[in-house]
Amino acid sequence: MGLYALILWPLLGFAINGLLGSKLPKTVVGMIGTAAVLIPFVSAVSMWGAVQEGALVSRAFTFLQVGDLHIEFKLLLDRLSLVMALVITGIGTLIHLYSMAYMAEDAGFYKFFAYLNLFVFNMLILVLGANFMMLFFGWEGVGLCSYLLIGFWYHNPEFGYAARKAFVMNRIGDLGLLLGLFLVIQHFGSLDYQVVFSEVAKVSHPQWVYTSIAVLLFIGAMGKSAQIPLYTWLPDAMAGPTPVSALIHAATMVTAGVYLVVRSEALYALAPVARDLILYIGLATSLMAAFIGLKQNDIKKVLAYSTVSQLGLMFIALGCGAYSAAMFHLVTHAFFKALLFLGSGSVIHGMHHEQDIRRMGGLRKAMPLTYWTFLIGTLAISGFPFLSGFFSKDEILLHTFQHSPVVYALAVFSAGLTGIYMFRMFFLTFHGTYRNSHYPFEKVHESPALMTIPLAILAVLSVLGGLLNLPHYLTHNMAEGLAHWLAPLFVFGDASVHVEASTEWALLGVAVSVFAIAFFWMRHKYISQGAVAEEDADMPASGSVLAHKFYVDELYDSLFARPLQRLGEWMYRVLDRKGFVQGTDALGAITLWKARVAARLQSGNIELYLIIMVLAAALMLGLEMFA
Amino acid sequence: MVLILLSLATALLSYLLGARLNRMTAFALALLPGLGALILGVGTVDLPWFSEHIRLTLAPNHWGLVMLVLTNAMVPLIVLAGWRDGVHFSLQVALTFFMQAALNGVFMAQDGLAFYIFWELALIPIYFLALRFSEGDRFAVTLKFFLYTFLGSLAMLASLFYLYSQTAVGDDGHHSFAYAALQAVELSSTEGFWVGLGLFLAFAVKIPLMPFHAWQSDTYTQAPAGGTMLLSGIMLKMGLYGLFVWFVALAPESLRYEFIADWLNFRDLILIMGLAGILYGAFIAMRQNDAKRLIAFSSLSHVGLIAMALLTLKSDGTNGAVLQMLVHGINAIGLFMVVDIVERRLGHRDLTQMGGFAKSSPLFAALTLIVVLGTVAVPLTNGFPGEFLMLKAVYNSGTGACGILAALTIVFCAVYMLRFFQLSFMGPEKQVLSPLSWNEKWALMLIAGMVLYLGVQPQVVVDFIQSNTEQWLNAIAESGGMLS
Repeated sequence: MGLYALILWPLLGFAINGLLGSKLPKTVVGMIGTAAVLIPFVSAVSMWGAVQEGALVSRAFTFLQVGDLHIEFKLLLDRLSLVMALVITGIGTLIHLYSMAYMAEDAGFYKFFAYLNLFVFNMLILVLGANFMMLFFGWEGVGLCSYLLIGFWYHNPEFGYAARKAFVMNRIGDLGLLLGLFLVIQHFGSLDYQVVFSEVAKVSHPQWVYTSIAVLLFIGAMGKSAQIPLYTWLPDAMAGPTPVSALIHAATMVTAGVYLVVRSEALYALAPVARDLILYIGLATSLMAAFIGLKQNDIKKVLAYSTVSQLGLMFIALGCGAYSAAMFHLVTHAFFKALLFLGSGSVIHGMHHEQDIRRMGGLRKAMPLTYWTFLIGTLAISGFPFLSGFFSKDEILLHTFQHSPVVYALAVFSAGLTGIYMFRMFFLTFHGTYRNSHYPFEKVHESPALMTIPLAILAVLSVLGGLLNLPHYLTHNMAEGLAHWLAPLFVFGDASVHVEASTEWALLGVAVSVFAIAFFWMRHKYISQGAVAEEDADMPASGSVLAHKFYVDELYDSLFARPLQRLGEWMYRVLDRKGFVQGTDALGAITLWKARVAARLQSGNIELYLIIMVLAAALMLGLEMFA
Repeated sequence: MVLILLSLATALLSYLLGARLNRMTAFALALLPGLGALILGVGTVDLPWFSEHIRLTLAPNHWGLVMLVLTNAMVPLIVLAGWRDGVHFSLQVALTFFMQAALNGVFMAQDGLAFYIFWELALIPIYFLALRFSEGDRFAVTLKFFLYTFLGSLAMLASLFYLYSQTAVGDDGHHSFAYAALQAVELSSTEGFWVGLGLFLAFAVKIPLMPFHAWQSDTYTQAPAGGTMLLSGIMLKMGLYGLFVWFVALAPESLRYEFIADWLNFRDLILIMGLAGILYGAFIAMRQNDAKRLIAFSSLSHVGLIAMALLTLKSDGTNGAVLQMLVHGINAIGLFMVVDIVERRLGHRDLTQMGGFAKSSPLFAALTLIVVLGTVAVPLTNGFPGEFLMLKAVYNSGTGACGILAALTIVFCAVYMLRFFQLSFMGPEKQVLSPLSWNEKWALMLIAGMVLYLGVQPQVVVDFIQSNTEQWLNAIAESGGMLS
């Protein structure tokens, strides 16, 4: 069994709830679903010591073997996949618990838990796979679950559209990933991580091989991790139930791209061009999404753009070759973003499906627990000193500073924007006066314990998450735990920081002041002045561009979707019907016309027949005689 | 021989039973040939036929065996849920069994003339099924289908005769139609081209490859569901099977024939036809509102890739192609079955008039989704392994651009298949479907089961065909067809 125990539980949960769930009571369904994720979490924790000694491998069967190509169904638990597995199952368990209350009223309760379990199964395959093929299985599998869960309320055609958009955009990325795999097979003869990376380590191929594979794999990452130009699906994906946004579209699935690059560190180390591409795409994504986030009024959309922006930050780290810094931010982001999404879910729950922050305000009195945990999440993501986000973001900024001051300045600017949109949302939601005339304030209620307990746990993690990888200036013994933990995996090594202590303190000062500026500015605007986000109609042009997300959806629509539709339309109506089909008919018509001409000979005139017969017989006899 | 005789017997029996033939009996009869072959073995036959030297040789190779499995496993499902209840049920079933007999012959024949005869024999039952039970302008549509495929077949016959005339004269002083003898014929490039062209035309029409597809979408759309399943699920595999076994392997010389020196040879041309079909079918499928026509064009797109992969002459590509021939048969039958189940209840197939079936029929929705995912080639469904191998072979062997264009299918297919699923099963509930009948439910469950099984264990098929594929590829390479 070995590692298969980890993935089979959620599969079992999916099977039970999917097949029998409609007949079981909701509590049982929820408990089965939660247990199916909790058990692998506990086993993953118990494997910690073993993994420290060396990676664990379990092989099940041969998936495909054609000629030289040999693809195994095989799992690998090493230091990297253990971190990922713990995040997935740990946060996954909390989100399952939360969902038991959040989805309690939903008719599709059992289906929801079945899909969630299926997602966890696929996500575990993604990170535990021992070769690129297994990664691809999980990669597409989570994409499928994401599709199913975004479109969970399928009676709404808009949600269905968002789900399809997510799937198709991801498939564009997957196309890149697939082509990357073909090149890996072609040049390294295998998809198995061990074989491929030890081949790569020999550095015996021309440069372009590493670069093109690295770029193609990154195209896959662009789709899954919502980077420019394939990011527009993620904000729309908020159509799914909020626990889905927390689990899939914040904490786990969207970080798969980061995992892929970290896993392929050997390749990326040899492909500086690809790393630069990652750096600049990450930077552009981070900035663009942060700008858009400034003017979003749907509480979940703000968080969605924030996720895109934070993922951009992780890719910036990867572009600098700082793999463990990216992983560190991946983990802390999973804590505080899951917290924030679940908190927003609590708000939406308490306000009976209201998501517009302009219709909220003053909720801190009605929902104290949600308020305090949300505050912690907001502080953590904005970089309040000594919370988890502060450390992980700061480490990335440090790497960018070392890379180039311009990149650093832009990254700091992006971090500042984070503080601005987060506090804008926070103050509009929880402070000020209540602004919803359709739903009386008295009816706003705090969520049940099943929802607030996960919030509390995630809040603790968001505070303490920094302990995973403390910087040198605080401690010597416990510093850089995560970096040390991951270090043995890297073939060419992680980028290390070597700036002087004085510079480090200066940069720290910059980070703290950026946070302070954002906080006090927003506090002044939304609390002291009592400002409220403007209605769509009153928005100035600059804000309108942001609220319309730079019109990128419209651009893609007129550049790709509509021309393709028109082409398909034209191909059918003109090329196929008028060309091929009627062309064939025309050939037939010509044949018929010739037949009519020939048919005139068959007039039924016996004399004519006789004459022709005699002439023909004479001709034949004549030929015979002269031959 | 067991397969053919049993199929003919069941055809006769179901015709004689007439109105007394119920669905359960028909299903049981449909299973007979397959079960018979499992118990008695497929059996090889080598009998004198037209004369001592024009013989009936039936000895399936491993590719043929895979196709036999497809035929004899899917015909029972077509009988189970492809044909509707009604006064014509027994006639339809009888013709289906007749078709089964001919298809079995095609996939077993090791003799040129026998292959040709079974090939044409298969046209007869489907011609009558389409003529009798199609909707719309059935005479024109069926006639077009018939003429197209018949003209293609005549070209093949001419080529086979020419090859026959070039075979070595045996001890008895006669030429031979035996497969091995035909394969041994050495042809010059030009000669090979004309022989190859004749063979190719028959298969290109049947598959169909662009631009020989003009009969396809109307026939698939207007034929009765059972007929469409036979056509798309099994009969077009005759074309793909023939394309490799009876064209590429017999006249590999023709592949080198240059239309434009060093720039475009016959193989390139076929690859381009396949690629054109992939994109053309996909573009059109994205805009269809008639569910059946959508799947017809999707099929055009999928077989284009299979044809390309066969022509890569690489072990991964050809093995993947055979796997995908099996898989496409299962999935196409599944999809056409889904559409017909809906049409039986609504009386139309207009996607814009459907919506929200998932609410009243969750099981139907789940089974359909599995087949849809198989078609989209999501990993761990049956569509993935074959598509992976094929795209890899095309990408690695041709020019990169060709491979990338072909691989676009994974994006486009997701677009049109999910649109299909969205418009019918998702969205606001516009209709309530009556529950699936037992036979519909079982047929779909079996198909969904195959989608999942082959998605996890594709190696079962690949192991079975691999050595056979190698033999062919070596033979082709030796005869200098297309050194890969």
